[in-house]
Amino acid sequence: MARTPQPALLSAADVARVVDRIAHQLIERAATAADGLPQLVLVGIPTRGAPLARRLAARIEAFSGVSVDVGTVDITLYRDDLRLRGVRALESTVLPDGGIDDRLVVLVDDVLFSGRSVRAALDALRDLGRPQAVQLAVLVDRGHRELPIRADYVGKNVPTSRSQQVRVHLAEIDGTDEVLVEEGAR
Amino acid sequence: MKRHLLEAADLDRDDATLVLDTAAQIEQALAGREVKKLPTLRGRTVVNLFYEDSTRTRISFELAAKRLSADVINFSAKGSSVSKGESLKDTALTLEAMGADGVVVRHSASGAPHRLASWVKGSVVNAGDGTHEHPTQALLDAYTIRHRLGRLEGVRVTIVGDVLHSRVARSNVRLLHTLGAEVTLVAPPTLLPVGVGSWPAEVGYDLDAVLPKSDVVMMLRVQGERMNASFFPSAREYSRRYGLDARRMAALPDDAIVMHPGPMNRGMEIAAEVADSVRSTIVEQVANGVSTRMAVLYLLLGGSPQ
Repeated sequence: MARTPQPALLSAADVARVVDRIAHQLIERAATAADGLPQLVLVGIPTRGAPLARRLAARIEAFSGVSVDVGTVDITLYRDDLRLRGVRALESTVLPDGGIDDRLVVLVDDVLFSGRSVRAALDALRDLGRPQAVQLAVLVDRGHRELPIRADYVGKNVPTSRSQQVRVHLAEIDGTDEVLVEEGAR
Repeated sequence: MKRHLLEAADLDRDDATLVLDTAAQIEQALAGREVKKLPTLRGRTVVNLFYEDSTRTRISFELAAKRLSADVINFSAKGSSVSKGESLKDTALTLEAMGADGVVVRHSASGAPHRLASWVKGSVVNAGDGTHEHPTQALLDAYTIRHRLGRLEGVRVTIVGDVLHSRVARSNVRLLHTLGAEVTLVAPPTLLPVGVGSWPAEVGYDLDAVLPKSDVVMMLRVQGERMNASFFPSAREYSRRYGLDARRMAALPDDAIVMHPGPMNRGMEIAAEVADSVRSTIVEQVANGVSTRMAVLYLLLGGSPQ
């Protein structure tokens, strides 16, 4: 199906601003915790949640001077749609030394859509340890949830139709920062 | 990937690399975890169909399937209807009727897994058939080499011993060649198969000449149960000419590793001090076997049934 090109929903500057804002929100919220920032762990969901988590950590350090642990959790083996969409290559799972027990884990992903990736990530976390609390940060929330899941930190809420596709490009993976909405289901 | 894994030639370079990468990710994901279990194959049934004795391969497959949350049924020929004369086909159809998604089969007859694959709907994984192939052993060996040396391309692998009866050697030659390694076979002429010249491997008879040019030495087990003819004059002579002892090990390059698929005959093809040395990857191979077989089961059974 032909895809109609549309102007970017978020430009590189917008993405940078949004990341900065979420970093500030994380500092505010986590700073109210008893032990302060260090107990925070940012866990990215591959592919694009991983570089986002690293960026957030870098911004938090720039703003507050506190270095925050970062990890990634691959959710492929926890997905409920493997039978429908087939197997795929795995990505890495790396947790900070000391694990996630009794810490505040913030899952980081690029797009929040059905909520199934987040459910898979929650299942994965349960096998990895017992965090004190789990929160969710996303760059784009496009609606159409199929599970009772919501994000604690949202970069941008974007009303979309199911036939549209939201594409997030990040410099670390795609060479450029932008968020696009395209017509036509994949 | 193909639906079955029957021989090393079923894997092209991309498939084989995908299996090794997947195994590495699985190992990383499970490292240091308390709950060493993944929900990926929940509700799938894997049947371990073992017509030949096996310790590590059967346990390894069983553990791999269980760590992926599949239901595992172990079937060994002893104590089953096979001893009442049931044929492989009837056994296969019985398992089919019970709804097996994957069948892991070991059989003393070369080609049995191929026959089985045409009778059942699920995926068939060859866990060793006669003197033919043992593809998951080759995968775990390749994984171990890549893990230890960091690469496979251009790695010089010397496989020593009973190549004639060895499914491990056959699968390794093909898989390692696919992955870009250079394989040399060293054996007494009586223990090399007819047509070995057409294999993608060099052939030599002098172990001492080859050792200094080897990054990996893979010792094969002298298969007592298949030594039904005079393949070599005596165990002592075999051991002296083709066994790996400490003196020979010293001739290896500094970072070379020593492998053995197990079970070992200590003092025969490999000296105890070599088997227990830091160069030896024998225990590592067993551990890597579980991750590699998890990768194979995930890739074959994880998606939709075709």
